[in-house]
Parts: sequence; structure tokens; C-alpha cells
Amino acid sequence: MSMDLVFRALADPSRRRLLDLLHAKNGQTLGELCGELDMTRQAVTKHLGILEEASLVVAQKRGREKLHYINPVPINDIADRWIGKFERHRVRALADLKKMLEE
Amino acid sequence: MSKFVYVTYIQTTPEKLWEALIKPEFTKQYWVGVSQISDWKVGSSWKLEFSDGRVADTGEVLEIDPPRRLVVSWQNEFRLDLKEEGHSRATFDIERTGDLVKLTVTHEIDREGSKLIEAVSGGWPAILSGLKTLLETGKPLQGWPS
Repeated sequence: MSMDLVFRALADPSRRRLLDLLHAKNGQTLGELCGELDMTRQAVTKHLGILEEASLVVAQKRGREKLHYINPVPINDIADRWIGKFERHRVRALADLKKMLEE
Repeated sequence: MSKFVYVTYIQTTPEKLWEALIKPEFTKQYWVGVSQISDWKVGSSWKLEFSDGRVADTGEVLEIDPPRRLVVSWQNEFRLDLKEEGHSRATFDIERTGDLVKLTVTHEIDREGSKLIEAVSGGWPAILSGLKTLLETGKPLQGWPS
């Protein structure tokens, strides 16, 4: 699975918003996602297609509906490649500090 | 229903991936040092055991079709609040696509807002990244996210 596809998919704010929505509530239908966004159904479908191609979103059929799930594995692969396994707890501590200070 | 779906594409064969999923000598290298213990028949007991013998999770083999599909029921054994939720279901689907193998792990339980599904959601991405690295490079990832 190409990392290019992942970075390209993440380069768009609407697609990051879609991932935020699935992060908040996993397993949503196209209709539910459209309800949260100021975009046409066609645009949302197109963005979901790009996220699926990058494997950041996985769609599974449930009856006549398709449910969309966020797949964090490609982002984890990126983290493993560059953040480094020994540093991760320090990075986590900094992220926690930032979150605490900004709350 | 609480459910997470994880997908990773690995440059390997379905047979090798199956071995890496099932055999302790592989799982110990990428899966927080655990072994899956079962005789791998439908209805057999299944457990996930740490190297010091503590049992992490228990269940039963619900479906097995090497090297394509494995479904186990899965109950946590070391956190009371998670154990109380009862059995979840973990499904491993292996599918060849071109020269890659697609692994889909689905972990679900028939209740809303499950703490078990929440708890495992932090682990699966790291486990699957580690599995991918092990199969593609022959080396395990160093360390485990704390």
C-alpha cells in the first residue's frame, strides 16, 4: 500500500474532517456523514473513495447500507517509520502536555 | 454494536501470514509477547497468554479456514470492567490482491460504547504495523508504545 496515497488523501481538509467524524463515531453511513458536512452527496462520495483507496477508510456492507470505518493502521505505519519506537513515549508526553495546556 | 475494522496490506503470501498470526514464535515478536494457545478446531478453547503465563483473554474458535479466515470469541481476563462485558468477536480475513495480501481484522461486540473495543483499539494498529514489518523485513519492530 503506497504511502503516497495516504499523504495525498490526508492533504485535503474535507477528507481530514471526514476522518474526524469517523474517529468520533465509527461505522457511519454516507447519509449520516453528509448530514455533518456542507457538501454535496457526490463530493462526499468522491472524498470517501479517495480515503478508501488509501485504506484510511474501510467500507463494509450491512444489508443495503455501507458503513464506513476509520482504519488507523496506515497512519500508525507512518508513525513507526519516522517517530521512532524509543522516542514515542516522550512524544506522547509532549502531546499530553500540549493538550493539557490548551484545554 | 461497537466495532472497529483494521486493514493492512502486506507483501507476503497468505500461508506465511497465517503462520505469523497463529504461531507463538512469530506472535511473540510483534504482539506484546503473547502466544495464542488453541488446537485450532471449531469449538476448541482459545486463549491469549503472556510469556510469564498470565492469561490476557479467553474464548473459543468459532470459524477456521486456513489460510483465509479465523473467527474467535474473545473475553478479557485481566480487567474486571472489560471481563464484565462478556465475549466480543475477532475476525481475521486474509485475501490475496496482486502481489500483496490484504489482512482485515474486525473486532466487535454486541453493545454500545464498549470499553473492551475501546481498549483494544489502541493496540491493534501497533500490532498490525509490527506484523507487517516482521513479514516484510524479517525483523520485529523495536519496543512497544507505552
